[in-house]
Amino acid sequence: MAEGPFCVWCGAARATHPDRPCRRQLDPPRFCPTCGRRLRVKVHPAGWDASCRDHGRLPADAC
Amino acid sequence: MPDVPVAFTPNPRQAQPERPQLSPEEARRVLRAAEVALLDERRQLSADELSALADVPDSSVPALAALAHEVRLAWCGDTVEVEGILSAKTGGCPEDCHFCSQSAKFESPVQAMPFLDTADVVAAAKETAALGASEFCIVLAIRGPDERTMQRILELVPIVQEEAGINVAVSAGIVTDEQARRLAEGGVHRYNHNLETAESFFPNVVTTHSWAERFDTCQLVRRHGMELCCGVLLGMGETVEQRLELLGQLRAVEPDEVPVNFLNPRPGTPFAGRPLVEPLEAIRWIALFRLALPSVILRYAGGREVTLRELQALGLTSGINALIVGNYLTTLGRSPDEDLQMLEDLHMPIGALSKAF
Repeated sequence: MAEGPFCVWCGAARATHPDRPCRRQLDPPRFCPTCGRRLRVKVHPAGWDASCRDHGRLPADAC
Repeated sequence: MPDVPVAFTPNPRQAQPERPQLSPEEARRVLRAAEVALLDERRQLSADELSALADVPDSSVPALAALAHEVRLAWCGDTVEVEGILSAKTGGCPEDCHFCSQSAKFESPVQAMPFLDTADVVAAAKETAALGASEFCIVLAIRGPDERTMQRILELVPIVQEEAGINVAVSAGIVTDEQARRLAEGGVHRYNHNLETAESFFPNVVTTHSWAERFDTCQLVRRHGMELCCGVLLGMGETVEQRLELLGQLRAVEPDEVPVNFLNPRPGTPFAGRPLVEPLEAIRWIALFRLALPSVILRYAGGREVTLRELQALGLTSGINALIVGNYLTTLGRSPDEDLQMLEDLHMPIGALSKAF
């Protein structure tokens, strides 16, 4: 799991993250763990690539 | 933290007491009649025959599935067609399809992205070919192609064909007669345009274009000689009657391929809170689609993993003869290795298919 102040699944700040699951089965990460912005996610047949405008590429093993 | 829990929708028949299930004896009788029609007389079932089959009790769904499998083998053979898909232009779509996370009308976690570079598309096509697939579909989240998009598609298709050695399909929304002609001449093997749901239910799903516009595009695809891939999405709140209506409407557009999607509710969309189709109900409808459309390529598509879970192999013995391998447009699939192992275990060879006539 990518560690950072923001949840990669819902974008909520970890400090105030609602106490309920937000990760959906078979979804790639959608939010930058560093700034909480939506990631640019390319889903291709055998994988995915996610990157933040400001914080670069999210490692594929981050989630 | 665990995954978001899923909820299954009850069989829509429970909300429709006017459609009681058949008794086991009645179910055996309608199944026998369907077997004679499809396997001995080799004719399509009537709307009334399909309606009766939709009402077999849950205990008869395995028998319904077994018949659908026999029909698939008799009409199409044992080959399974494998396809990969790629969202080459993601999000920012002006349409309001209530199930879709790529509509600009909804607050979705999916970030819009412009048309991918040629190198990205070719790389995805090569990935697909390496998985044994014979078809690769380039999908764009748009209402329909403008001239710039048409030129990009027409530029990409021969490059992908040549570099990946794979048939190229395209899904680029509503097209004009002229655009359909150019796509066909440009080497597009198959064009995807889904009806999604019955005409009578469509206004509950989309308000920015009409069902008739979709139907018209499907007809243009066929008229210009491309294979028509025309899919459905089950689990949006449609009734049994509306699913049967959809089967009749699919017959009218004469698709070569029908991808069967099950709603995987997407956060931020109007259908985010809808429950999933129950697994046994999904098997019932896969079987009914095969019995209604005995010669089509019936493809497992989005939502199968979350809907069917451990029953995914059962779909392939209930009428399915094609699948999307790997990931979908914005969501992930299960590992290609699991699907390829499933086909090997079922002794189903992989190959390219065309509609059996």
